Amino acid sequence: MTALQTPVAPAPVASPPHSPSRRPRRWRSWFVYCFLAVAAGLTVFPLAWSLLGSFKPSAEIIRIPPELLPENPTLGNYADLLADDFVRYFANSTVVAVASVVGNMALCSMVGYALAKLSFPGKRIVLLAVLVTIMVPGVVMFVPLFVTVNAFGLANSYGGLIIPFLVGAGGVFVMRQYLLDIPDELLEAARIDGAGEFRIFTRVVLPLCGPALATVGILTFLGSWNSLLWPLVVAQTKDLYTLPVALAFLSQGDGTINYGVSLAGSVLTIAPIVLVFLFFQKYFIAGIATTGIK
Amino acid sequence: MSRGAPAPTRTNWFGPQRRPQSIAGLLMVAPFMVLFLLFQLWPILSSFAMGFTDMTSRDLRSPFAVNFVGTENFSGLLADPTFRRALLNTGVFVVVAIPLTMVCGLALAIALNSGIRRLKGVFRAAFFVPVVTSTVAVAVSWKFLFADRGVVNWAVGLVGIDGPNYLQDTAWAMPVIILLAVWRMTGLVMVLFLAGLQGIPSDLYEAARVDGAGTWRQIRSITVPLLVPTLLLAGVLLSVTFVQVFEEPFVLTQGGPLSSTTTASLFVYDLFGFGRYGEASAASYVLFLAIAVLALVQFRVFRRRT
Repeated sequence: MTALQTPVAPAPVASPPHSPSRRPRRWRSWFVYCFLAVAAGLTVFPLAWSLLGSFKPSAEIIRIPPELLPENPTLGNYADLLADDFVRYFANSTVVAVASVVGNMALCSMVGYALAKLSFPGKRIVLLAVLVTIMVPGVVMFVPLFVTVNAFGLANSYGGLIIPFLVGAGGVFVMRQYLLDIPDELLEAARIDGAGEFRIFTRVVLPLCGPALATVGILTFLGSWNSLLWPLVVAQTKDLYTLPVALAFLSQGDGTINYGVSLAGSVLTIAPIVLVFLFFQKYFIAGIATTGIK
Repeated sequence: MSRGAPAPTRTNWFGPQRRPQSIAGLLMVAPFMVLFLLFQLWPILSSFAMGFTDMTSRDLRSPFAVNFVGTENFSGLLADPTFRRALLNTGVFVVVAIPLTMVCGLALAIALNSGIRRLKGVFRAAFFVPVVTSTVAVAVSWKFLFADRGVVNWAVGLVGIDGPNYLQDTAWAMPVIILLAVWRMTGLVMVLFLAGLQGIPSDLYEAARVDGAGTWRQIRSITVPLLVPTLLLAGVLLSVTFVQVFEEPFVLTQGGPLSSTTTASLFVYDLFGFGRYGEASAASYVLFLAIAVLALVQFRVFRRRT
């Protein structure tokens, strides 16, 4: 009975789609666009200035009055960057980020699945461990963590840069929340068909996890690529520097700062992540809105 | 079919029914737990212990040969004017940067949500880009922009003001650091607020408009009150991030001039750099306590409001 009525009801209330009152809104939307344009301009300006500046000779970067566009465009700054071992730093950043991403995608999905769908002894303890990890801020941890890592002989090594961050609690949390929504019947059906627990995980669960895995991967990449404090503490020789560490030291050198090289290094650090962002915007925003980054 | 007899006091995890899941579950969490014990729990506990010792970098080889010094590190820290200054700076930073970020994020979210359709995605992306950038890399260019003869002072000069050398000025260095943090985090809270705004039913605004409420009045009486849960979430998030502020002062000022931008994290890092691990651990714990209290207060407020 009720089903018969539903299709009839909504039709006649023909309202202008989404814009309730029309005329007086014209001015308002002008105002909104102006506000947004100014705000967007101010937001993007430092990035645009760096990007364009990285193609200017140093003298032109600090010239007053400033010009936004380079007058004599040059790739010299990037050439200097290459000569200054930045290929190495870029490679280090990439290795550390990729290893962390792979580790987090594999380990977080396992822990998230176990917490969401399996019953096993000690589950509460694991959940508690996840919460503790989320709550304790990195700044509080780095001194004792360094002492620990050093005791394992991992100071000043790739292992020291990567291993403590192989499985992030934020990633576990994302996976668990996502997997809670997968129907139990699906898993039960697989069990009745005689599939083992690991087979169910790899063949039934993982293929459904695409968006959550993408979120975990992207958040991990972001955190690892931009991280400064821990690499600063662990990497003691130049051959292990990541981009942010190298860049921080480059720009701290007093007096003889090479403006062009600094800006080129800054662009080299920002560009990859912004490109990834523009391609996978949806996952960035969804992931950051649910976990709040870091 | 059924689980059999009424459950005994202890679950038999490894009986024929439960064994496969128990084993699979334990194996799946094993790597996480091992890493947690080694790189989270142990450091947390040992740092508490370290805070009461005179450990320095020279003790790294034999961590158990250090001397117990009681609460000396803590009393020493609290008497140290630089540490007190660092706590004050961190407090000022948090107290100014959080509301500023929230107001900016809210303004952008409301503007984006005001019914415009064209370019909405472009604007949203533009506002969000700073969130994904490396603070270090951005700080490098801010250092030039805010130099004595930089772009900012040139622009300020156009309206006849002789701007200071921001990063070398005890009054201006902190505002620049705050501005950088606000610039970077506004997009994040904007996204949170956009999600929150979508949850407000549009007929509320409709009704308000019928009653003659203007835009400003609608924001004050509908938007903000209904966004309180989101505002608090953003507040918690920002405060946890901002209390740890490190990268901005590390690159822009290294804590100077005259400790005017030394933050708690930077102070801990410097102690660590000097190899004074015992004191650094004690300082970390003071910071940790501050963060915990802050989070607790916010959750209290949060629970009362909802």
